Amino acid sequence: MKDQLEIIMNESQRQPKWYHNLKYLMVGLFFGVLFVKAEVISWFRIQEMFRLQTFHMYGIIGSAVVVGMISVWLIKRFRITTISGEQITFTDKKFNKGQIYGGLMFGLGWGLTGACPGPLFAQIGIGATVVIVTLISAIAGTWVYGRFKDHLPH
Amino acid sequence: MLEIIRQPWPWYVAGPLIGLTVPALLILGNKSFGISSSLRHICAMCIPAKIPFFQYDWKKELWNMFFVLGIFFGGIIAAAFLANPAPMQLNPALIKELSIYGITDFSSLVPVDLVSWDKLFTLPGFIMMVGGGFLVGFGTRYAGGCTSGHAIMGLSTLQWPSLVATVCFMIGGFIMANWILPFILML
Repeated sequence: MKDQLEIIMNESQRQPKWYHNLKYLMVGLFFGVLFVKAEVISWFRIQEMFRLQTFHMYGIIGSAVVVGMISVWLIKRFRITTISGEQITFTDKKFNKGQIYGGLMFGLGWGLTGACPGPLFAQIGIGATVVIVTLISAIAGTWVYGRFKDHLPH
Repeated sequence: MLEIIRQPWPWYVAGPLIGLTVPALLILGNKSFGISSSLRHICAMCIPAKIPFFQYDWKKELWNMFFVLGIFFGGIIAAAFLANPAPMQLNPALIKELSIYGITDFSSLVPVDLVSWDKLFTLPGFIMMVGGGFLVGFGTRYAGGCTSGHAIMGLSTLQWPSLVATVCFMIGGFIMANWILPFILML
C-alpha cells in the first residue's frame, strides 16, 4: 500500500497537473497572433517566397534563427535554468535519409498548401474552417508514416 | 497604439519574436520548440492502432497540445480584434500570374478561390487541401520535424541534419510553386 502510494506520488511529480500547461497555451496564443499579424500563415506570402518575389519570409525565418541561436548560446553560456530550477537540456538530432525524402515531401506540401503545421491551426482560427480538412489530412499523413515507417528508407 | 498593432508586422519585428519562442519554451519547462509533433500526439491519443510509433506516454507531451490550441485561439483573437483593415500588399507579378488561373480574391490569408468548402471536391481544391495536407503530415514526420522543429529550433542549436532538412523543405517548395502548382491550377 505504501509502495503504491509512493508510485502515485512520483507519477504526479513527474507529470505536472494539466493546468501547468496553461503557460504553453499562453505562448501559443501569442504565437498565433504573431503568425497572423506577420502574414506567415498567408498562402500568398509563401508563394512570393518560393517565387523569390519578396524578402519578407526570408527575413522572418532568418532573424528568428539568429535570435534563437543567440538565446541558446546564452542559455548554455550562463547555465540558465528553467523557472523551476531544472537544468535545460538539448538533444542532438541524428542524420537519416528521412530528412532528405521527408523534407522534400514536406516542401512540396508547403508549396501547395502554403502552410506548415503551426499555421494550419492559426488558419482555422481566422475562420478558414475548410483548413480542418487539410489538418485532418495531415494527421492522416502522420498516421500513415507511423504505420509504414519500417518499410521506408531511413 | 492599436493602430500600429493592426498594421501588418514587419519581418524585423515578427522574426525576432518568433525566435524568442525558443528560449521561452526552454525556460518555461525545458521544452524544445516544435509543432508537427502535435500531429503525432493526436494519432497516439485517438488512433494508436497498436502501431509502435504511436505507443508512448503522450500525456507527458500534453504541453504541445496546449501550445497548438493556443495558436488556434491566437488566430481567432488576431482575426477578431487585430485584423489589418487594408488589403494585403502583394507583389504585382504574383497577382498577375495568379489572375491567369482565376485567383482574384486577395481578401483573406488563404486563397478563397481555391481553398473553401465549395472547392473541396473540385480537382485543384482536392489536390491542394487533401493532397497537400497529406504531404505536410507525412513529410514532416518522415523528416523528423517541420519549419519550427528543424528550421528554427534545429538551426538554433546548430544541428546539421536540420540544415539538410531545411534545404530540402525549400527545394520541395520551389519545385511545387514554380513547376507543379501551375499545372494543378490549370486543371
